[in-house]
Amino acid sequence: MLAFLVRRLLTLALTAWLATLVVFAVLEAIPGDPALVMLGTSAQPEAVAALRAQMGLDRPWPVRYAGWVGGMLHGDFGTSLTYARPVAGLVADRLAITLPLAGLALILSAGIAIPLGLFAAGRQGRAGDWAVMAFGQMGIAVPGFWFAILLILLFSVRLGWFSAGGFPGWEAGAGPALKALLLPAVALALPEAAILARITRTAALDTLREEYVRTAVAKGLPRRVVLRRHVLPNALIPVATILGLQFSFLVAGAVVVENVFTLPGLGRLLYQAIGQHDLIVVQSVVVLLAVTVVTVNALVDIACAAIDPRPRVTA
Amino acid sequence: MRGFVRRLRRLPVSLLLGGLLTALVVGAALLSLAWTPFPAEQVRVVARLRPPGPVHWLGTDHFGRDVLSMILVGARNSLAVGAAAVALGALLGVPLGLAASAWGRWGDEAVARLGDLLFAFPAVLTAILLTAALGAGAVNVVLALGLFNAAVFARVARGAALAVWRRDFVRAALALGRGPLSVTLVHVLPNIAGVVIVQGTVLFAVAVLNEAALSYLGLGIQPPSPSWGKMLGDAQTFLFTSPLQAIFPGAAIAVTVLGLNLLGDGLRDALDPRHRSAGLL
Repeated sequence: MLAFLVRRLLTLALTAWLATLVVFAVLEAIPGDPALVMLGTSAQPEAVAALRAQMGLDRPWPVRYAGWVGGMLHGDFGTSLTYARPVAGLVADRLAITLPLAGLALILSAGIAIPLGLFAAGRQGRAGDWAVMAFGQMGIAVPGFWFAILLILLFSVRLGWFSAGGFPGWEAGAGPALKALLLPAVALALPEAAILARITRTAALDTLREEYVRTAVAKGLPRRVVLRRHVLPNALIPVATILGLQFSFLVAGAVVVENVFTLPGLGRLLYQAIGQHDLIVVQSVVVLLAVTVVTVNALVDIACAAIDPRPRVTA
Repeated sequence: MRGFVRRLRRLPVSLLLGGLLTALVVGAALLSLAWTPFPAEQVRVVARLRPPGPVHWLGTDHFGRDVLSMILVGARNSLAVGAAAVALGALLGVPLGLAASAWGRWGDEAVARLGDLLFAFPAVLTAILLTAALGAGAVNVVLALGLFNAAVFARVARGAALAVWRRDFVRAALALGRGPLSVTLVHVLPNIAGVVIVQGTVLFAVAVLNEAALSYLGLGIQPPSPSWGKMLGDAQTFLFTSPLQAIFPGAAIAVTVLGLNLLGDGLRDALDPRHRSAGLL
């Protein structure tokens, strides 16, 4: 297990380093002067020169890259041009919305998908199975942001139960804040739940064919007990892997869904930063998200290897 | 004729239904090359936000443009971006996967790490990064989605190719003195083609979804060229006055993605009956 752990952590470090290189290289490839791109062609030459100095554009790129990565390792992500604030503080503020949103979406996704997948596996080939798998197909096909708009149409425009967007802030209390996050979380959870329900069904069907499950059935255990005690724990390994991988889809989905609901989260910050040509924010947030994705994937691998020895043996 | 119907009945339901839906969307895209009820980019402010009726079957948008015409042209744009992203991904990813399977441990390791790196950037994130550097537009969307697809194609091709390399006929070809390149082209590639086509269909659906999301954000296909995602973005502003405008483009995306996904499932079942699932599912 230790060898697997070391190997996986080394891979994680290598991928994270490569991710910083990619982001740096892409933004280096901007045609023209990045300072001029950020400030616009009508900017004063003094302002452009000051920004060039702040961004270190007068230094060679290896020095700038080392300074940027070194700064990030010490929590210094640079200063946003638009907000005139350190990016680290901006990101922390926005994470206070995006993290609960992603967490709520993950809980909803797993809470809907795992029981549905088990239900379908227990009724393979029957109407219940068909209904769950039809939900799976539809859930994958419906774009999350369209589903979000439909939710606004029904619950905000027609019924008036929720506001059509915005966030009251955590200082308004947990109730109103969670209420503002509920519809976005549902919109974010639907496609993930659809995929996860299909995976759970397949994993549960594979487990149902195992001999120890047949033994449990043969000795007269009720179906519900067999599903809960023998099938669910073993089917959860592939489900947990997919749940971890879905984190990257949640990250991408959050960028879009936060914009549908005008939630001031990390995704919206990134989107606005593009419109404002705030490359310092774009650079830092993209790296942060990419590193988070690879870290979550590595943690899932390690957790799965700890539960089930087979992957670490084959690795 | 009876033989044709019998053969058709033997095909998986998902393949038939997916093929039908996909043909419908492709047909709409092709039709838009020759005919649309109105020019899709024609602005008529006097006819803005009209509900569906005999003149404008699906109504008009806030610029008075005919929604049906925009959806037909949108199908063309969406399919073109999806096809280009899949083609780019396959052209980059499949040779990479094949090379990794042929080169042994180091090639394998290099492709695995490249895959990890590309998976670190979800397609939307890559598109945002490219947009920040190069500006918004369909070409950058194709590039971003194509790079993500390349990682998936490389992994799928490598996995499938490794299984083929272990087969007896490949060993026999190597024993007869054929080189790795020749074996790859003559024996391995034809045997993984089915898996690659199935994966391509699924990635096509994902590309359509991502293109729509990026165009919704204003980072994809640029106006005045119609795109389903942008239409939804515009419709959201008029949800209170003209809610139907938010229905049609979304339904078009869902039908396209559903058709492609069912087609992918059906092709997989038809090419490898061991995977055959119950009926439509």
